[in-house]
Amino acid sequence: MSARASALPVTYIRPGARSMSFTLREIWQARELLYFLVWRDIKVRYKQTVLGIAWSVLQPFLTMVVFTIFFGRLAKVPSDGVPYPVFSLAALVPWTYFATAASNGAASLVGSQHLVAKVYFPRVLVPLAAVLMPVVDLTVSFGMLIALMAWYHVVPPPALVALPLYAVLGVLTAFAVTLWTSALTVRYRDVRYVLPFVIQIWLFVSPVAYPASMVPERWRPLYALNPMATVVEGFRSSLLGTPAPGAMAMIALATVAAALAAGVAYFRSVEGSIVDLA
Amino acid sequence: MSDIAISIRGLGKRYIIGAREQYDTLRDRIAAAASRPFRRMAPGGLGASTTIWALRDVTHDIRRGEIVGIIGGNGAGKSTLLKILSRITAPTEGEAEIHGRVGSLLEIGTGFHPDLTGRENIFLNGAILGMRKTEIARKFDEIVDFAEVGEFIDTPVKHYSSGMYVRLGFAVAAQMEPEILIVDEVLAVGDVHFQRKCLGRLDDVARDGRTVLFVSHNMAAVQRLCTSAMLLDRGRLVRIGDVRPTVAAYLGGEARGGFAAAVRTGEAQILCADLENLDGRPLENPSCSDPIVCRIRFTLPRRSPGTRVGIGVLGCDGTTVFTTSNADAGTPCPSGPGEFDACVTIPPDTLLAGDFHLALCLWNAGAILDLQEPALSFSVDAGRSPLYAERSTRKGYVHVDCAWSVAPRVDTSAAEKVRLKPDPTLATIHS
Repeated sequence: MSARASALPVTYIRPGARSMSFTLREIWQARELLYFLVWRDIKVRYKQTVLGIAWSVLQPFLTMVVFTIFFGRLAKVPSDGVPYPVFSLAALVPWTYFATAASNGAASLVGSQHLVAKVYFPRVLVPLAAVLMPVVDLTVSFGMLIALMAWYHVVPPPALVALPLYAVLGVLTAFAVTLWTSALTVRYRDVRYVLPFVIQIWLFVSPVAYPASMVPERWRPLYALNPMATVVEGFRSSLLGTPAPGAMAMIALATVAAALAAGVAYFRSVEGSIVDLA
Repeated sequence: MSDIAISIRGLGKRYIIGAREQYDTLRDRIAAAASRPFRRMAPGGLGASTTIWALRDVTHDIRRGEIVGIIGGNGAGKSTLLKILSRITAPTEGEAEIHGRVGSLLEIGTGFHPDLTGRENIFLNGAILGMRKTEIARKFDEIVDFAEVGEFIDTPVKHYSSGMYVRLGFAVAAQMEPEILIVDEVLAVGDVHFQRKCLGRLDDVARDGRTVLFVSHNMAAVQRLCTSAMLLDRGRLVRIGDVRPTVAAYLGGEARGGFAAAVRTGEAQILCADLENLDGRPLENPSCSDPIVCRIRFTLPRRSPGTRVGIGVLGCDGTTVFTTSNADAGTPCPSGPGEFDACVTIPPDTLLAGDFHLALCLWNAGAILDLQEPALSFSVDAGRSPLYAERSTRKGYVHVDCAWSVAPRVDTSAAEKVRLKPDPTLATIHS
């Protein structure tokens, strides 16, 4: 009895946010729940929509067509020597992931109120699941990108090995943003209205429709503060052989690390009062 | 190693009333900040009145293997206590220490998604309740059996009847194997068969030596299951100990003889209720042979046709003896708006001597508008009732006027068969 009893986990419940906070160990223990939350969102989406998986291809594809006509043909935006459709789609695939993950993530906590109010689990799983779910779309739309590259006979350079790193950086960027927006949305529903606008602006300060090489050299460090610039340029460089982000990647890494640390701290501080606020 | 499962020390939770409405958006927050100096001048503006302690200064140790019933009226803080111990919300003060894994069942079917099938929801719900995927897969057949959903297992749960939905939810939850189980009023849903099944399952859990915290308004269930009880009243722990006296304190501790609503909510509401005799005078000490008239005043602020008003008569242990509503007599309820008086007369020589409680209920189309349980309590004396003329004690709660006949046995081998004849007056009732 005592041997069993002493092995029992002890939970301390105290006032303030700290007692509710998640730890990495707790997240690891709840990994199956994380899996089921992602799985649920995917299942439900494909049951509720007619086109299902096709949406993840259609959105970046149609944007690519519009960009090719207006930026590539009419505005004659340079594309680092790559056919413009491939050039823009290689950026739109990670960008669409980011935009979807960020808007999903912001609404995630408020959308899970019924769950959060009735059962305990590390709250951070909710925004985490929201940014992991669109990875499925990313994978599917990546297949389309490969097909388009084959169509234009573009062969990826050896730098292809770096691609997963840029993908991970993209997920981490989305997660850092989501930690903030999901927690802020609980308190200020305004976030929901501000965010689409912010994402729209963000698209144009990221090198999606144009190459980062268009940005003057001296503004580059400032430009690199946006980690999505590195993610997008990284996707292109490892798939199409355009110039690698280089020093921009270091700045981006530092930005994401700082945003993540601050995001975790903010999320932890409000975690305990999510139920009371919403 | 101590045998304490849960140690609660001075636990309290304060809510700020109105915060939700005031600070929903940034603009509101700015507006509220701007108007703050003025509100200070308004009577009852800021200060203590804007906060409420849903739970205050609760201290108690729960031993391993104890089945604790948590009882109290609406707003007593029962759910708040469970939410704090389940880590859903943080306390404002005090602390608690929990030894062992906690499984909370605050709602049946938490996280069920209407578009997913029963099978998919079993896995999702199980994971939410903290079970491993392999564990759920192993117990899958048992869950389907318990839920009695059969061939509907691959149907989206939005097509389920509410009974099937609840059964499936409980079936998954019943597979949880934590050291400490926290259950909030799950018996309020489902039919009698289902409730019996739930109670049976809770019995099993209790026999396994696990610790259970159980909130319920069903006093009979609390008395059957629990080894001790905690009585909460307006956030305070007012009594801990053996189940029977605690339940009795709860049932008898509320307003005796009369009921009056504490505040007017502006919604459909029972305002007050009193016991009277047939002359309309207050009934002090009813005896069995007195008709007991209960006058209930209620308000319907809006037009709501089909509203019903009813009472439930509860025995001293909380067992429901019978319920009756104006619909039984075919009396239509005025549809409102306005205030109304309803009178219900319990016929003489119906209730036996003993302590009773009355629950009052106002409902419309299946939705409860107001429920006061128990609203008032009274004792019935034997008095000079003919029921006690021959015997000084009678078992049970009510007297039912049954027909009897006793005659000498007639030998059936005799040429003419004679049967014991039933009371002819009953035949007219049945026809």
